[in-house]
Amino acid sequence: MKFGVVQFPGSCDERDALLAAKRFGDAELLWHAERDLRGADAVIVPGGFSYGDYLRAGAIARFSPMMDAVSEFALAGGPVLGICNGFQVLCEVGLLPGALLPNDSLRFVCRQVELEVVNTGTPFTRACEEGERLSIPVKHFTGCYFAPESALEELDANGQVLLRYDAGQNPNGSLRDIAGIASAQKNVFGLMPHPEHAVDPLTGSSDGGKLFASLVAHVEELVAA
Amino acid sequence: MARAQRGRRLRARVLIRPKQGILDPQGQAVERALPALGFDGVENVRVGRLVELDVADGASVADMCEKLLANPLIEDYEVLVVDE
Repeated sequence: MKFGVVQFPGSCDERDALLAAKRFGDAELLWHAERDLRGADAVIVPGGFSYGDYLRAGAIARFSPMMDAVSEFALAGGPVLGICNGFQVLCEVGLLPGALLPNDSLRFVCRQVELEVVNTGTPFTRACEEGERLSIPVKHFTGCYFAPESALEELDANGQVLLRYDAGQNPNGSLRDIAGIASAQKNVFGLMPHPEHAVDPLTGSSDGGKLFASLVAHVEELVAA
Repeated sequence: MARAQRGRRLRARVLIRPKQGILDPQGQAVERALPALGFDGVENVRVGRLVELDVADGASVADMCEKLLANPLIEDYEVLVVDE
């Protein structure tokens, strides 16, 4: 099982994502200007400030050659995990519905949040229990999830909301307390919290590891089939 | 005449603002700050951005807005082409 971690100019969490992924499988960085996924079974689009977040967070990164390759991979059913800025990129590129707006507080938030796992039947959450609580940090300025009301209804009806902020924990004003959503096929997942910063009890929580473990179980099952 | 042969460039101005109904915390913060400076009676402050560009073909700017300059899900845009 091999993770590919995309690196844009301005990414800053790709090393943590790489180290977290290496606890669960092989992992390699994928440079934005290339388009070879180097045999990755799952792709992580990490956090940071790709291309300086100029214009809008994630707006420029979508035009990189590597994102072309990632889109093709995703459309063929490959699992893609977008974290924070990666979530913004996946929305901009159209692999996920909706958009991320500046936090309603207009402040950068950096803190541990409690999340509820809403749907465990996906490649990203299968190692979790239904309704399980995960403690994972957020750190962002543009994390307020927005989609039109009809799209929100659809997300809920299709089980595409995988993670919600617990009551009173919503750090950014996200509609319906949405912390992470999946594509209709459930093979693309974007979330604002940083699971790669929560893989060791030393830093307060290892709950984020469950998302990586889920991906490994998913890929190994595909290989075995 | 020589000027016309050089290939005409058009100056385009694109105004981008948050759609009505979309939360605009920047606009709200500015609206709250103005009375503190003595500017009363200000309402509906919206903060957007301005993109200026020289183009050969003014008709392409709307397409640029759809694909990159704006996110049509959350932003409205307005293109002004100025012949200079």
